[in-house]
Amino acid sequence: MSANGALLHVHDLRVTIGESQILGGVSFQVREGGITGLLGRNGVGKTTTLRGILGLVPRTGKVTLAGEELTALPVHSIVQRGVGYVPEDRDVFGGLTVEENLRLAERADSEHRYALIYELFPELRERAAQRAGTLSGGQQQMVALARALLNASNRILLIDEPTKGLSPLMVKRVADALQRAAQIATILLVEQNLAVARHLASDVVVLDQGSVVFAGDVAALVDDPALARRYLGLSAAGSGH
Amino acid sequence: MSTIVLLLVTGLGLGALYFLVAAGLSLIWGLMRVLNFAHGAFFTVAAYAGFFAATALPASPWLQWFVGLLAGILAGGVFAVLTEIILIRPLYRRPVGQVLVTVGLALATLALVEGAFGSDPRQVTLPDWMNATTTLLGAAIPNTRFVVLLLAGLVLAGLLFFLQRTRYGLIVRAGVENRSMVSALGIDVERAFTLVFAIGGMAAGLAGVLGATYYGTIDPSRGTTMLISAFIVVVIGGLGSITGSALAAAIVGLLQQFLNFYAAAGVGDFAVVILLAGVLLLRPGGLLGGPAT
Repeated sequence: MSANGALLHVHDLRVTIGESQILGGVSFQVREGGITGLLGRNGVGKTTTLRGILGLVPRTGKVTLAGEELTALPVHSIVQRGVGYVPEDRDVFGGLTVEENLRLAERADSEHRYALIYELFPELRERAAQRAGTLSGGQQQMVALARALLNASNRILLIDEPTKGLSPLMVKRVADALQRAAQIATILLVEQNLAVARHLASDVVVLDQGSVVFAGDVAALVDDPALARRYLGLSAAGSGH
Repeated sequence: MSTIVLLLVTGLGLGALYFLVAAGLSLIWGLMRVLNFAHGAFFTVAAYAGFFAATALPASPWLQWFVGLLAGILAGGVFAVLTEIILIRPLYRRPVGQVLVTVGLALATLALVEGAFGSDPRQVTLPDWMNATTTLLGAAIPNTRFVVLLLAGLVLAGLLFFLQRTRYGLIVRAGVENRSMVSALGIDVERAFTLVFAIGGMAAGLAGVLGATYYGTIDPSRGTTMLISAFIVVVIGGLGSITGSALAAAIVGLLQQFLNFYAAAGVGDFAVVILLAGVLLLRPGGLLGGPAT
């Protein structure tokens, strides 16, 4: 961890795909512990920011985790240094069983994490032999979160829209799971559902047109309806999704 | 009846050779999205390596054959790994470059083998038992057919065990579905790429020596012929599916043998192309396309 308490530093992250500049120099910090929300309207570059941190898209800029620069490393090495990832579309391996999906994410220190995972998502134990492609969206989200939680060396989890497309009941379960996960790892959470983000996150970073336009305490965003309306397109007080 | 049995076993034997080449092609495409036109070169180099290793050894024909088999497998594997590391790896994000470099390697290998050893077929020496036949339901079946079928069966079982029961097999199956997500779980996919190339090369190498056993000769161009049939098998069976490749290889081998015998020479080969077109139209993913199985 760096001197100012930040675990993750993102500095001047730029991503250009084809002719389009998706990120035009994103810089922010994520403090260790708790959940930092990465917010913004659709298409402002939230998912690309997560993928850029992980190196899943070609990018320039600098990303450091606890002072160690990650930018030049291949994706698997970045993950091995403690960056877990839950993608927007879950990306479970549909042809593999639930148990095989989890086994892929296992590390030497994963054994004790199974207790937590099965406590949060008992369905995964019951459906261990079921192909992940046949699960519901909510169950696939459980698999995706469980994979990230299995790696006990993960220091930060990049989680992309975990409640997207889920029923209200499942949204609550996922939100509860994220709260538990935040006790064992720092989370950078992309979330369109502002009510969920406001409930979970202590800090927020707001993107607009590929740049950071707000970074700070979530209350500061909520207390400024004009800011929330301008950058998120809705009223922060009382907005769901 | 005896003719049918003979055609059945011979067709399955031919299919077994196709399968050994197709299995590697299918896994390489499934995991890496590399269309490896140099796969036939692995077959050819292994056939010649096996031939020269066997003839260089003053030993019994059985030992010579066995040493040739091991030399062929080793040559195929080493050639494949070198190809992956030196030629394919720098071109992972450039599929056109991969096609060009593997086509170039295939042509260069063919030219080099022809230049070094001539283009005429060379007779291979086999143990007496392999030159003999065994009567099965009235049909005199060349014993080499049983050898080819047995070893291809073992390779099929071994590959399925690898894919279903080992961690690397799990990584390959997941990588066939979503390579970047495997990386995002902290797994070095490139190591799996090299492993898959090595397995594919060894299977093609085994096919090279078994091809010499099956036909009784080696020649520089058989690898190219095998590659074409193997591509057809991979597409019919389903890209990335080992079981699909085995099924399709058996169908293609039998179709060729039966129609070439009962209709006219060449009809079987034509029927295979018709079958390929039918599968592409009706089931573009192949018979068992999808996750690696």
